Amino acid sequence: MRFVDEFRDREKAQALAASIATLCEPGRRYGLMEICGGHTHTIYKHGIEDYLPEGVQLVHGPGCPVCVIPMGRVDDAIWIAEQEGVTLTSFGDLLRVPGGRGSFLDAKARGADIRMVYSPLDSLRIARENPDRRVVFMAIGFETTTPSTAMTVLRAAAEGLENFSIFCNHVTIIPALQAILASPDIQIDGFIGPGHVSTVIGCEPYRFIAEERGRPFVVAGFEPLDILQSIQMLLLQLHEGRSEVENQYTRVVPWEGNQRALRAIDEVMEPRPTFEWRGLGWIPDSAMRVREKYARFDAERIFTLPANRVADPPACQCGGVLRGTIKPWECRVFGTACTPETPIGTCMVSSEGACAAYYNFGRFSRQRIRQATSA
Amino acid sequence: MCLGIPGEVVTLDVDRPGMATVNVGGARRQVNVMLIEEDGVQPGDWVLIHVGFALAKIDEEEARLTLSHLEEMGQAYRDELRALAESRID
Repeated sequence: MRFVDEFRDREKAQALAASIATLCEPGRRYGLMEICGGHTHTIYKHGIEDYLPEGVQLVHGPGCPVCVIPMGRVDDAIWIAEQEGVTLTSFGDLLRVPGGRGSFLDAKARGADIRMVYSPLDSLRIARENPDRRVVFMAIGFETTTPSTAMTVLRAAAEGLENFSIFCNHVTIIPALQAILASPDIQIDGFIGPGHVSTVIGCEPYRFIAEERGRPFVVAGFEPLDILQSIQMLLLQLHEGRSEVENQYTRVVPWEGNQRALRAIDEVMEPRPTFEWRGLGWIPDSAMRVREKYARFDAERIFTLPANRVADPPACQCGGVLRGTIKPWECRVFGTACTPETPIGTCMVSSEGACAAYYNFGRFSRQRIRQATSA
Repeated sequence: MCLGIPGEVVTLDVDRPGMATVNVGGARRQVNVMLIEEDGVQPGDWVLIHVGFALAKIDEEEARLTLSHLEEMGQAYRDELRALAESRID
């Protein structure tokens, strides 16, 4: 077992696993959703499911921003990149995401000027150094990256930069959770909450899930022991009939979040009336757009985008994976037509996508999978 | 993009308010620390960096844990470090 090397940690893991087992009622099924793709990665990488009783089932949530971007938005970004004098900048994670007309890499091969950047501030520098180019930053991510984009726009405004804009695709986690909770076939008894997103938004926004929807919610760190402890905390709440928001990741996440970051977002952006999520459809107030005040930095106002909707490939079942209704290996094309090298769906592109994580590390859970598929 | 990478603040840049020189994986990088200024960031502090911005102060033990977790991620972490190495923000 490649859990952790140190003996004391394995002991801790086994102690947690034992506690988890005692908290489970025989015959009861516990569906626990880990929202964040980083957690999905840890779960598969370390074979966390092997430590859990059969009744505890982990459901992978929609918290991988690369995975939830709809193909139409990728096509719009490529359309922008193909306009005269435009340089599109993007995080590396997005380069291989397929749109209806191929990926950013395909567009680059056709001659579009698409450059990978680490930070939106790199895009700003490219704009400064290339005053004859119109530089557009492909802004994506949950609340972990949204403040950085907002701070970059504020910086561009302070500098009076005229050839920089953002194509804003930032999404927000709370409306996505509301949509999942509203679906009739939901089988989720508790949530393993996202660590990094909560660094920004804090723990308070999850209160409605515990208090109004009756689901315990534990914000979790990314170590295998963090995940196991969070599962133990969720099961303890269920066992005691409690439903609260708890913070397992106190060493990084303050209850109140990062107020400075939230103020920066609020200054530059506002919620969109609705936004399309891959696999989840249109969700009200689930994404951000640039406020009128900063319109000159908004690619959606600068360009008239085609905004075509593109249906996912019929073979692709990313939607089911993102809603937690099927496991990655239950998808028709998983591991055959769809692999990390030739991804059909977004869940196979990002290393934090459930399909890629399972494809790369699922061997640690083989026995469990055999049980699941033969059942 | 989603990876938070720990770094140790070396100096706060006097000439450029809100920027700091941070030791990340043995290399010195410029990082924007404006989002944690209210926490009183100082040389020697460990911070968690997302896409060029420090989002949270962390302690050394957490930094060590996070680094070992990232190293286990393999390619995804190497890609992120490569992107960071090519980054020149100011």
